[in-house]
Amino acid sequence: MKALNSILVLVAAFIAVFGEAVITAPRHWLGAQIDLLPALMIYAALSTNIVVVSLLAVFGGLWFDSLSANPLGLTIFPLFIVGFPVFLQRDLILRELPFAQVVLGGIASAVVPLLAVLLLLTAGQKPLLGWGSLWQWIVMTAGGAVATPVFFTLFQWCDDALGYKPRTESSFRPDREILRDRRRF
Amino acid sequence: MFKQKNYIALGTVALAAVLILSLPSSAASRLKLALGSLFLPLFGLAGATQQLPSDLADSVLPRRELLREIDNLRRENTQLQAEKLQANAIAMENDQLRSLVGWEKQQPWKMRLAHVVTRDPANWWRTIEIDLGSRDGMTANLPVMTTDGLVGRIASVGYTRSEVVLVGDPKCKVSAMVDDPGHDIGVLSASGPLDSSLADLTYLPGTAALKSGQQVITSGIGGVFPKGIPLGQIVDSRQVDFGLYTEARVKLSANLGSLEVVCVLTP
Repeated sequence: MKALNSILVLVAAFIAVFGEAVITAPRHWLGAQIDLLPALMIYAALSTNIVVVSLLAVFGGLWFDSLSANPLGLTIFPLFIVGFPVFLQRDLILRELPFAQVVLGGIASAVVPLLAVLLLLTAGQKPLLGWGSLWQWIVMTAGGAVATPVFFTLFQWCDDALGYKPRTESSFRPDREILRDRRRF
Repeated sequence: MFKQKNYIALGTVALAAVLILSLPSSAASRLKLALGSLFLPLFGLAGATQQLPSDLADSVLPRRELLREIDNLRRENTQLQAEKLQANAIAMENDQLRSLVGWEKQQPWKMRLAHVVTRDPANWWRTIEIDLGSRDGMTANLPVMTTDGLVGRIASVGYTRSEVVLVGDPKCKVSAMVDDPGHDIGVLSASGPLDSSLADLTYLPGTAALKSGQQVITSGIGGVFPKGIPLGQIVDSRQVDFGLYTEARVKLSANLGSLEVVCVLTP
C-alpha cells in the first residue's frame, strides 16, 4: 500500500497542476488561482517518506513550471523547502488533527508563492505584482488551508478502499474449543 | 532527526533544481514542452468533456430551429461575401494608389483560428497556451487577437502548442495610439494583477488631452503588431512626473478572462 500511496500522491499532483491550468472558476470568482501543490506537500511530508517528498517537489515543480511562464525548475525549491522541515518534525506534529492540517496547509500555501516570487525577482524576472497580489496571496493561503484536510480525507478513503484491512483478532481459539460431540471420540 | 537518507534527499533535490535551472534556454524550453506534452491525454479528455453538453444540446435541437439557423447563416454568408468583394476592390485601389505614390505594397495578414488549451497556473503571469505550434507554421512574436481586439503575442512555440503572452503581462508591451486629433502614441503595459480587463497606457505626451471613452488602437510602431488593431477605450488619465508625461488606464476590448478561441495573424 505504501508504494500505491506514493504513486497516488504523484498522480494527485499531476491532476492538481492540470486542474489549475484548465479550471478558471477560482480566477473568475476570487481573482486568484489556488495552488494545491503546497497542501499536497504537507500531506506527503506528514504521511509518506522522504523519497515521496523529494519526488513530489521535483515532479510537481516541473509539471507546474511546464504549464507556466516560470523558468523551468523554479517551483522545486519552494515546495521542498516547505516539505522538508515538516517531514523532519512530523513526530512532534499532531498530524491527525484537522486543525493542525489546516494551519500547516495555510502556512505552506503562503510560503511557497512568496519563495517563488522571491526567486523570480532574484533571477531578474518581472512578475505581475501590485497591491492586488496581497489579495491573491490571501486567497491562495486560505485555499491551501482548506485543501489540506480534504487531501488527508481523500487519501484516507483511498487507503481504506485499496489497502489491506488489519486482521481482527478474535478471542476464539480452536485449540481450546470444548467439543461436545461424542461421535468424534 | 537528520538521518543520512534525509541528507541524500536534500542534496539530490537541490542538485536537480540547480541543474534544471541552469540549463541553456533552448534545452530548457524543449524539456518544458516535453513535460507539458504529458498533459496531452488530459487535454483531450477535458475537451471531450466540455464538448459533451453542447453535443447533447445539438442532438435534441428541433429540426425547424436548425433550418432557421442554416438560413440565417446563408444570409450572413452572402452579406459577408459581398463585403469581401467590396474590401478586395478597396484593397486593389489602395495598392494602385500606393504604387502611384511610390509607397511599398502592404502585405495582407492571414488569420489562423486557435483554441485556448490552458491558462498559466501562476498568478503572477498572464499567459495562455493555444493548440497551434511550429507544425502549423507558428513562429515567435506573431500577433494574437479576437474579433473584439488584440489579445497578445506568441512568446514561444512548441511542435503542437504555443505560449501566448497576453496584453497586460509585463512581457507584452504594445505601442498604442489614441484616436484623438493629436494621435498621441504611448506604450500599453501591465496594470494590476487582479483585473485582467485593465491595462496602463504610459509615456503619452504631457500635452495629451485624453477623454474617457476614446478608442486606443495599435500604432504599428515596433513591427510586431500591425497598425489599427483595437486595444480598448480610455477610462481615465493623470499627469505623471510634474506633467512630463501622461498615463491613462485602458479598458481592454478583448475579454482576456474568458478566451476560448483566438486568431493568430500570420504574414
